[in-house]
Amino acid sequence: MKSPMRVGTRETHDRATPRAQTRRRAIGDVLFERSVWLAACAVLALLIAVAAFLVWRSIPAIRQDSANFLTTRTWLPDDTPPVFGVAAIAFGTALSATVALVLAVPVAIGSAIFVTQYVPPRVGVWLGYCLDLLAAVPSVVYGLWGMLWLVPAMTPIQHGLATTLGFLPFFADPQGLTRQASRSIFVVGIVLAAMIIPIIAAVTREVIRQVDPGLREAAWALGATRWEMVRIAILPASKLGIAGAVLLGLGRALGETIAVALVLGTSFAVDFHLLVFGKNTIAANIATQFAEAGSLGRSALIASGLVLFAMTMLTTLLARAIIYRSGSRERSAFA
Amino acid sequence: MTTATPLWVHRRRYRRRRWTARLAALAVGSAFLLAVVPLILVLTYTIARGLPHFSWVFFTHSLAGVPPSQAGGGIAAATIGSLEQVGLASLIGLPLGLAVAVYLAEYGTGRLATVTRFLVDVMTGIPSIVAGLFAYTFIVISLHQGFSGLAAAIALSLLMVPIIVRSAEDILAGIPRTLREAGYALGLRRWRVVVSIVLPAARSGLITGAMLAVARIAGETAPLLLTAFDNSYINANPFRGQQSALPLFIYNQAQQAYQPAIDRAWAAAATLVLAITGIYIIARLLTLRKSGAHRV
Repeated sequence: MKSPMRVGTRETHDRATPRAQTRRRAIGDVLFERSVWLAACAVLALLIAVAAFLVWRSIPAIRQDSANFLTTRTWLPDDTPPVFGVAAIAFGTALSATVALVLAVPVAIGSAIFVTQYVPPRVGVWLGYCLDLLAAVPSVVYGLWGMLWLVPAMTPIQHGLATTLGFLPFFADPQGLTRQASRSIFVVGIVLAAMIIPIIAAVTREVIRQVDPGLREAAWALGATRWEMVRIAILPASKLGIAGAVLLGLGRALGETIAVALVLGTSFAVDFHLLVFGKNTIAANIATQFAEAGSLGRSALIASGLVLFAMTMLTTLLARAIIYRSGSRERSAFA
Repeated sequence: MTTATPLWVHRRRYRRRRWTARLAALAVGSAFLLAVVPLILVLTYTIARGLPHFSWVFFTHSLAGVPPSQAGGGIAAATIGSLEQVGLASLIGLPLGLAVAVYLAEYGTGRLATVTRFLVDVMTGIPSIVAGLFAYTFIVISLHQGFSGLAAAIALSLLMVPIIVRSAEDILAGIPRTLREAGYALGLRRWRVVVSIVLPAARSGLITGAMLAVARIAGETAPLLLTAFDNSYINANPFRGQQSALPLFIYNQAQQAYQPAIDRAWAAAATLVLAITGIYIIARLLTLRKSGAHRV
């Protein structure tokens, strides 16, 4: 069976092996099982160690912070007294990921529907591989392309958006900055969207593949058009799984570092002006500040990394829980 | 129902439904195109910008003594660093990931298995920069090792393990039970069945999974910033001292204000992209030849 749904099918080679039950187990068996068991424990320990080391090494910074770490917007950890907080960069992280999600979700779900429902299965599999390849392109290459190709290309477009749709709060450009500079959250959102589309599409594809074929056929039998079949059979059945896929994409967008660091102009502003140069994210802030930071500065960056870790872990936890609930433990190499 | 709906109403409804279906087909088709456009743009643009700067010197020299404003120098140090870091990461990540997958697929029935399976899935969500921070806090400052290729490899292996576990468990679980039972019927111990029958039968799928994981981590930049820290000189010892790596090379050259540095960034990016797509395509072709039974 190709389907990766195996929660119920993991039956018990235990009981299938007569030896294991009837005789005292051989030393080789015991050793082997112990060692793979140990590996599983090691992975769990690793996850705990990540959290533990981040907490331990961020304590000095949080202790010496002369301002509130969670509500301060500036980032001056190596000043005396040190003043820094994650408010602005956490906001920028959430804002850029949201923009990316808004741009990516329709495209990702549409393309997943396309490769599973609108083309012959064999072709669909190969088109799916093409989408996966998109996820294998390194983020530094996306960043390079975003910085040197997309940013100049977007400058007139962003300026046009700001002048025609400037009355909308998201597209406002109060200081008239979009004429020259375009390293904005909006451009970052486009680059991030390109990076998370394959992830959302891959998981959605798996979820859709696991929809009971009977539902599909029932819709066909009622004389539905292809789109009606998708709407009444596929989408309702895979709703939960798609929600999980979207959350996985969100987690990836929150944690993306290098593409943001290369494309986004840095500032610590907290506003919703998507087209205006600047803002910052937690991950990009770590990447750009780390090399020059002093020891307290590095500790402060670790503390901000802890906040990012918490944000992404909560998102991913929720995503996986939803996907599990939906009954499909999807797997794809890249998600 | 006293009067039947007139025929023209039916026709109109039918026509409207067909048009909706056509529009929807157009929409999902263009969604797919929109998703693939960045891929084509990024790949072709990178290779077009990078290829003209490929040269013998570029592949055989480091950046030592080359200022950003001048042409010359190359990726020798970065290539050595990348190969060593990815190699070390695979040396740690592949056996660990495979062992966990064997545990989950062959022995995993209890609560530990459920928890492990779930947390491995959650681990795929660890941002790469956080993996870098972990290796930095653990290896670089807590164990006083300083920046090194090894620290980078630890961070990369942390990213690699969940990818390996997920693909390998899937492949192992797809090996038919009859094969295992044949082994038991020959009187093999359980561990011998796993080692001599299940793993060899899963070989091609496992290799594909491993290659995809390598392709995935070879391009990671963020963790290397905090662990390998870059070096313009060749440092072939991954256990001591700062090291360069291809993604780091691209990142640092891209931030220079001079065209020769930007050109080097493009050339290195083209090298990296060609290597990664190469690995990816070979991995895909491998599973294609072998009966195509397992989807990774």
